[in-house]
Amino acid sequence: MAEKQASRVAYGEELVAQGRINEKIVVCDADLSQSTMTCKFAKEFPDRFFNFGIAEANMVCAAAGMAHSGLIPFVSTFAIFGSARAYEQIRNSVAYTGIPVKFVLTHAGLSVGEDGGSHQTIEDIALFRTLPNMTIFVPADAIETKKMVRAAIDIDGPVYIRASRPVMPCVTEEDTPFDPYKAAVLREGSDIAIFTCGLIIDESLKAAERLAQEGIQACVVNFHTIKPFDNETAVEIANKCGAVITAEEHSIIGGLGSATAEALAGHSSAKFARVGIQDKFGCSGTPARLFHEYGIDADGIVAACKKLLAE
Amino acid sequence: MDMAMQQQKAVQLRADIVKMLYLAKSGHPGGSLSSLEMMMALYYNVMKVDPKNPKWEDRDRFVLSKGHACPALYAILADLGYFPREDLWHLRQYGAQLQGHPDCKYTPGIDVNSGSLGQGIAIAGGMALAAKYLKKDYQVYTIIGDGESQEGLVWEAAMSAAHYKLDNFTVMLDHNHLQIDGDNDQVISLGDVMKKWEAFGFTCYKVEDGNNIEAVVEALRKPHNGKPKFICCETVKGHGVSYMENQAGWHGKAPNEAEYLQAMKELGVEIDG
Repeated sequence: MAEKQASRVAYGEELVAQGRINEKIVVCDADLSQSTMTCKFAKEFPDRFFNFGIAEANMVCAAAGMAHSGLIPFVSTFAIFGSARAYEQIRNSVAYTGIPVKFVLTHAGLSVGEDGGSHQTIEDIALFRTLPNMTIFVPADAIETKKMVRAAIDIDGPVYIRASRPVMPCVTEEDTPFDPYKAAVLREGSDIAIFTCGLIIDESLKAAERLAQEGIQACVVNFHTIKPFDNETAVEIANKCGAVITAEEHSIIGGLGSATAEALAGHSSAKFARVGIQDKFGCSGTPARLFHEYGIDADGIVAACKKLLAE
Repeated sequence: MDMAMQQQKAVQLRADIVKMLYLAKSGHPGGSLSSLEMMMALYYNVMKVDPKNPKWEDRDRFVLSKGHACPALYAILADLGYFPREDLWHLRQYGAQLQGHPDCKYTPGIDVNSGSLGQGIAIAGGMALAAKYLKKDYQVYTIIGDGESQEGLVWEAAMSAAHYKLDNFTVMLDHNHLQIDGDNDQVISLGDVMKKWEAFGFTCYKVEDGNNIEAVVEALRKPHNGKPKFICCETVKGHGVSYMENQAGWHGKAPNEAEYLQAMKELGVEIDG
């Protein structure tokens, strides 16, 4: 298994690799290139790296102008500012026209940790998901992040990749196929299914191991693409297992949990519950402590699975 | 086309704008009429474009950042042959090629969507930046409004354009001093716009009569001096239709039949059905 690496670091490396073979790729940042890791691209390609300073709305619109000029702009900053602050610009200047601006926003979710609730975006997926033309990826690990960057370049339209601050264990391999439109089963099981993504995959796999010790076989599925959502796999596995938990580092409103609920409604009678941030804001703390307190770590997932099966 | 002919043309286009809005029963006459000559200065005198090849890679770009003034732009594009003049009479209707605000997915000759105020100028700045990276020598022009200048995004875009020394970028202000809720000075004063844009790092020019095509052309031909250029055009909201002139109430209201007929009479344009 590959070494642990943060998705933002993998992003920075893949940008450089793609920049070397595709001159249309340009990169925009808002004074956070040392954190989003676009600094690597800036160093190698200074003539096509554009720092807009702390002015996210302008960065998004300028990127739209670059896309209208035949370029493929990657836009990076912290997820809280790149999604919510610049939302109407993303909506009207990018999504509405359907032009290929790629948003790779980092430090998403509770796992930004100590910076606190003002910097922890728990609604970014919900915001992007309501926009027509948008594709949304949540990488499982560093390896998948690189595949997503390549897939994003190939997609003729806007893409959001949700990257994180902490290092992530690798749950996929270099040769694991990445089909942007197909969810990937990471662990087989038939008693309950855990649909998950991003940093919570590792927690879900740990939860599945603990459940197995108690004789409960959980199927763990990596729903790396939140939009377009793989409804078919969701319904098929739900009907096979009869019980589904969604587990994510995002509000239970508007993210993977909502996408799953929408997919299953009318197509599955499986029991269903959502593990995620329960309609409240984050706060300061270590990511591990926050995951525990907000019930999105392995403990929380095990408890939710048992509760659902007991219903 | 010489200036005398262009002035004649302005009368016809002005009539087209009023007719479009009369038929659409909605839209924005005030700003369309104030900025018409600014756009004519660009399209009939300065910009390199090809109506037969709207996506020509080396064309000059124009972004109507104050997108609600699009009836003026549509009238010009139709006159230049981007689409049939007949299309003007379906403005804002379901299925129409001419949307309520500029939309590049629907309309040949429209480079980008605009109308959400502040975004057009910022997109135009990105286009000018892209031209620099691509080593293209086309120019990028945008027209902003007075009310629009209250958007913070306008100033974000100004700051980055100056930082990147975009001497292929021209921002024009349709300075008619009015916005929906009244006079700018009553709503939120713009202060001294020339000093503001100078402070933001632009080479600035003022056109005392922005409804005079020749005067606007003259300013457009003045040098950038290695910086982005700002042209403040003093205009009259509702210009050319007596009862609309300098009336904030005509920002976003369509004329009724009597008002339409009066406008045509004032303009001396025959009603062509």
